[in-house]
Amino acid sequence: MSATVLRGAPRRPSAARLGLHRATIELKSFFRERDAVVFTFAMPAVILALLGSIFDGVYPGSDVTSAQYLAPSMIAAGVASTTFINLGTSIAADRDDGTLRRLRGAPMPPSAYFIGKILMALVVTVGETVVLLGIAVVAFDLSLPTDPARWLTFGWVFLLGATACALTGIAASSLARSARSAGAVMNLPYLVLAFISGVFYTPVGQLPEPLVTIGSLFPLKWMAQGFRSVFLPDSILPQEVVPSWEHGRIALVLAAWCIGGMVLCLTTFRWRGRRGR
Amino acid sequence: MTDTPAVRIRGLRKTYGDTVAVAGLDLDVADGEVVALLGPNGAGKTTTIEILEGHRDRDAGEVSVLGHDPARTDLDWRAQIGIVTQDGGDLLELTVREAVGHFAHYYPRHRDPDQAIDLVGLTEKATERVRTLSGGQRRRLDVAIGVVGRPRLLFLDEPTTGFDPQARRQFWALIRRLADEGCTILLSTHYLEEAEALADRVAVIMGGRIVADATPATLGGRATARTVVRWADGRQETDDPAGLIATLTRRYGGTVPGLTVSRPSLEDIYLDLIGDAS
Repeated sequence: MSATVLRGAPRRPSAARLGLHRATIELKSFFRERDAVVFTFAMPAVILALLGSIFDGVYPGSDVTSAQYLAPSMIAAGVASTTFINLGTSIAADRDDGTLRRLRGAPMPPSAYFIGKILMALVVTVGETVVLLGIAVVAFDLSLPTDPARWLTFGWVFLLGATACALTGIAASSLARSARSAGAVMNLPYLVLAFISGVFYTPVGQLPEPLVTIGSLFPLKWMAQGFRSVFLPDSILPQEVVPSWEHGRIALVLAAWCIGGMVLCLTTFRWRGRRGR
Repeated sequence: MTDTPAVRIRGLRKTYGDTVAVAGLDLDVADGEVVALLGPNGAGKTTTIEILEGHRDRDAGEVSVLGHDPARTDLDWRAQIGIVTQDGGDLLELTVREAVGHFAHYYPRHRDPDQAIDLVGLTEKATERVRTLSGGQRRRLDVAIGVVGRPRLLFLDEPTTGFDPQARRQFWALIRRLADEGCTILLSTHYLEEAEALADRVAVIMGGRIVADATPATLGGRATARTVVRWADGRQETDDPAGLIATLTRRYGGTVPGLTVSRPSLEDIYLDLIGDAS
């Protein structure tokens, strides 16, 4: 019989398992902190409820109301909020309050931190989307599509859009000098983008052309357009910038932001705050 | 057990711009030893400890922590180190048990989280949010997280700053318990009585250098310094205090009025040391 080889030390848990532990800790912290919940989770829902109630009327040549037109765009803005703003501010806070430092002092594989953050953002984003869809269906009579092809479109737009915004948010977290400034640093570009992407200002086809051009450089405009193609009938197309849903272009722009965001993350991510050199 | 010291530092240097924080520092910490790095603010204590933790790059010098260069380490090395930093403001929304329990997951041979919480005396607060803890309780939580992985070597950076005297005594008892378990401890402090109460050895750091390195009893020649005998009408330094007191007793025909016998306090020695160096 061969001798049994005993490993001297028990093994450290895998990055995947630790990532799951991180995700539960992140989610608990997120939902217990009222600021974070209000700013990233509740704000899009409140805006949808408010603007949806204020806007009135039906677009000519279709049976789509202003509120119904707003709803899919707000889902895109909600995804951007729970990924871009959520990750940007929470990572800036982690850098500022000693979270990253403590984690770097523990035997944690760096990937476990990112797995935790991304799972947290994913859960919050799915929750946000369900809330926004619920408001749209209950309050504004948005009808959910029955065609599986439309849900397939929803799936890939959601996945690409959320990934692009999440990676951009992780990269942007390094821009904030402190946790306190992170809210402003992340919210300003978000609000500006929401306007020039035709989320708050509807329909997007009515925006001045220079603003549309700038908005088209960023992922939010394309994610919103993708979600409108899922929930709205083609009779609304005359209100778009071009009378087509442009699925190919949506996929292209969002994928480009995923790749660019990943490159930015890998090149700019700082574990240490500004004083830790 | 090995002969390699837990910490070995030779010629460590670190500058920030024009400011020299650590200027050629040498220090050894043996396995199982409790060493206090004592010095005023800005002496280079935190920088040195952060370099040992692998949290800061050094400019020059040789550093070995548990046999590895902390600038190039892996997670197995990390699993043997415990770190208690000066200013943690994280984990606020979690309960004490959630926070300690979470960090236990990272370590292969961790303590039971409740045992770590009990060790630092926070059992009554286990289900409270970290946000609600007082400053002293918060630092004890940091220690619980620092020791939940059963580290061989624990770094404590000014662990009792801002404590009231009672909290400080409780904290000292905690550190002694950890030392009794065989944990090697390097702590920085600017409190003399803390160094004296806890450390097997005190290394006084000043201007980024070690200016004295000895047991608390012998630091700066304290053990061999002449004893000062004071009484109502006089004061005399002597190598034979018993003889002098016997003489005085005869002279006064009984009790010597206002008699005190003292060796230079650690504080006298320390003030001499940092006074000389600055």
